[in-house]
Amino acid sequence: MTRELKVNGETRTVEAEDGTPLLWVIRDELKMTGTKFGCGVAACGACTVHLDGAPVRSCQTYIEDVADSEIRTIEAMETDRIGTAVQQAWTELDVVQCGYCQSGQIMSAVGLLAENPKPSVEDIDGYMWGNACRCATYQRIRAGVLRASEILEG
Amino acid sequence: MNISTSRRGFLQGAAATAAVLYVGARSDGALAASSDSTDLNPFVRIGADGHVTAIVKHFEMGQGPSTGLTTLIAEELGVTMDQIDYEFAPSNPQVYNNTLFGAFQGTGGSTAMANSYSQYRTAGAAAREMLIEAAAAEWGVDAAELDIVAGEITGAGQAAPLAGFVAAATALEAPAEPRLRTPEEWRLIGQDGAVRRKDTPVKINGSGVFAMDLQFDNQLVVVIARAPRRGATVAGFDASDAEGMNGFVMAQTLPDASGVAVYAETTWAAISARDMLAVEWDFSAAEDRSSDQIREELIAGVNGPSTYETRGDQSETAAAVDGAATVIDKTFYFPLLAHAPMEPLTCTIEPLDDGGVVLHDGAQFPTFGHMTLSQVLELPMEKVQVKTVLAGGSFGRRANPTADYNLECAMAFAMTDRTRPVKLVWTREDDIRRGYYRPAFAHRVRVGLDENGAIVGWDHRIAGQSIMKGTSMEQMAVHDGVDHSSVEGVADTPYAVPGMAVGLTDHAKATSVLWWRSVGHSHTAYVMESMIDMVAQETDADPLALRLSMLPGDTPAQTRMAGVLNRVADMTGWSDAPAEGRARGLAVHHSFGSFVAEVVEVSGGGDDPVKIEKVSAAVDCGVPVNPDVIRAQIEGGIGYGIGHVMRNRITLTDGEVDQYNFPDYEPLRITDIGAIEVDIIASMEAPTGVGEPGTPPSGPALANAIARAGSARVTELPMIDEVDFA
Ligand code: FES
Ligand code: FES
Repeated sequence: MTRELKVNGETRTVEAEDGTPLLWVIRDELKMTGTKFGCGVAACGACTVHLDGAPVRSCQTYIEDVADSEIRTIEAMETDRIGTAVQQAWTELDVVQCGYCQSGQIMSAVGLLAENPKPSVEDIDGYMWGNACRCATYQRIRAGVLRASEILEG
Repeated sequence: MNISTSRRGFLQGAAATAAVLYVGARSDGALAASSDSTDLNPFVRIGADGHVTAIVKHFEMGQGPSTGLTTLIAEELGVTMDQIDYEFAPSNPQVYNNTLFGAFQGTGGSTAMANSYSQYRTAGAAAREMLIEAAAAEWGVDAAELDIVAGEITGAGQAAPLAGFVAAATALEAPAEPRLRTPEEWRLIGQDGAVRRKDTPVKINGSGVFAMDLQFDNQLVVVIARAPRRGATVAGFDASDAEGMNGFVMAQTLPDASGVAVYAETTWAAISARDMLAVEWDFSAAEDRSSDQIREELIAGVNGPSTYETRGDQSETAAAVDGAATVIDKTFYFPLLAHAPMEPLTCTIEPLDDGGVVLHDGAQFPTFGHMTLSQVLELPMEKVQVKTVLAGGSFGRRANPTADYNLECAMAFAMTDRTRPVKLVWTREDDIRRGYYRPAFAHRVRVGLDENGAIVGWDHRIAGQSIMKGTSMEQMAVHDGVDHSSVEGVADTPYAVPGMAVGLTDHAKATSVLWWRSVGHSHTAYVMESMIDMVAQETDADPLALRLSMLPGDTPAQTRMAGVLNRVADMTGWSDAPAEGRARGLAVHHSFGSFVAEVVEVSGGGDDPVKIEKVSAAVDCGVPVNPDVIRAQIEGGIGYGIGHVMRNRITLTDGEVDQYNFPDYEPLRITDIGAIEVDIIASMEAPTGVGEPGTPPSGPALANAIARAGSARVTELPMIDEVDFA
């Protein structure tokens, strides 16, 4: 069926049945491929997007439940205050390796910093736990969040 | 995103513009230059506008060749890292072959930097000399007075951007032996902080294109229903519950009957339709072994005489150990492991108007994919192109001599009318359950010590399924029946081990296996370094001092191995006792030409959960081209090694894999390791691997720390059966 979605500040019309994960609507219908498929069962975080500002796993979020929500994806982070700080920190620290998990890592990091601008290492580990990185870039992710927090402080 | 590939291919297209200088290798391997890319396979392209592009022949799975090979060109040519871009080379095994592999193009064995170091530097240097020669002629000055600095040709009172000399340079011959810059001139190679990763920007804003992200107009998405047990074949299927589902197109049995291909308009439609399929399987030829049985057979294999004696005399050594004052006798077991790269396997075959096809893939061994498509689709090699895109990790999985997922995609494409692009998608369940696993291995080691604690015999027996036998790699990797990858790291250890005998017994095929980050070293280092620690414990020796005593400096490898041990000892203050409540474990290993020593520091132990507080590593990998890329690779290799020894295993029950997805193949998480510190030894030796060598010492360093923290001495992996982790 045809539905309207609010994605990155625009209203988009998509064709999707009830029960379709938001992940596949974003990737296959909207052709926005920055949001990644890693596991499909909410166990890796590669598909993380924001629903009304809060990170969710889009592979386990169904299209019928997001009609009223503001959806934001990695593609919107270049114009986001926290998003650009995180991207700058990721660049300075050369966080990425294969990069496949990094959209999700960045979406979670932005969610964390929005909630908690000065997180401790324990806060970071607790919040980012669900974002797997098979390349094990974790300690740079940790340092990246701390650096982004510093950048945001100005 | 829509992508279309021109029939001429991207390199030919680029050649159509005027005054482009290519420097690379001719098909006989000689250095050459041309203004037409079809004459040679270029390593660097310089446009008329002076734009420099490194053409990277090794695929990027995160290990950094898009940065490393680009650095070599930039250094020699004399441009900044901002003045150079990169693109991936197309499949052309005659020229882009990995010089250490022979006649095919591939990335593996941590060879990217080792085999490209002189090739790419030479190409960059040749381009520099040609541009300078053109400038010298125009200015009427001596070429020896000129250099290129930050993209500008300068000297003899002149200065001008190199762009102005590209056209003239294309008329010149490439110098046979261009002068390479000396280390004193280096501004990029080995300079900390001088180079940032070239692939960061596209990996932090969602624009980077991985194979999973390719979306062609009018494409079909295929997922495959595979049998629960490998080797079973399709006896029949019923797709009636999928008929009428939105986006479902058709279902077809693959020509080799290994599964049923489900075709749909979208990924989700394909995944959903597959769930509705009822497939009847013929299990008569299916795998039927269970892990318990495999374990028993492997342990039996190390309890008797070995089939192959790869070093020393087994019975003589056994007798020496039998007669020793003290014997340390341990049996180790290593389970099957999946690679589980973050991006599940996927590739796309795009038909071209002329009947040819393009394989779009995060291709680690493009040559295998190229040949597979040519055979299955009955197309001549020149009608098949391979276009390499970013790969979301590999750890060995994407480098498969059977080209398994390329083959599946080719079969699925062949069953269509070949007018629509076909994209094959694996889910995570497909990845975990249909892996090509790190083979299970058993080791038994009996070390005999005399009254003074000196080693008098080391009887080492290994049993496992060969990775190389029965594959196209057999000729290269198997000698006198011995698959070197089963014994590497033991049989060729740099340690001086008195009375060492190493035996190998092959295990009959249990399932499909493949190299997995660090290959044989993933188990051999664990055994060597655990045993040495047990000898130290038994003889009350310091683990560092004992190791150094076995590395007397008789060979360059012993000297370098001792060098990383001493460095990591300095980093960790090894000579002082660890802090209260902490314990440390040490391990060192030589693999892929490099030497890495690691110390793992843990808290807890005994009755308390173990927490990994810190890992320190010292690495000697020859000239450190990009120090920060090296540190990142060692950090990643440590995490990969530790995550798997802590808690990962693939098990089989009657031939069926018991695990499904990350919840039962739990990845390392950010909470698992407190901190990692990496130090690089300064060196002028030729650069060697960094993608894999961080992995082997990490497991035994952790095991040694846990044993010293008062918890179990773990000899059967994964550790979670015996150790409680915080
Ligand atoms: S793909 Fe959604 S959490 Fe893994
Ligand atoms: S960078 Fe490769 S999975 Fe995180």
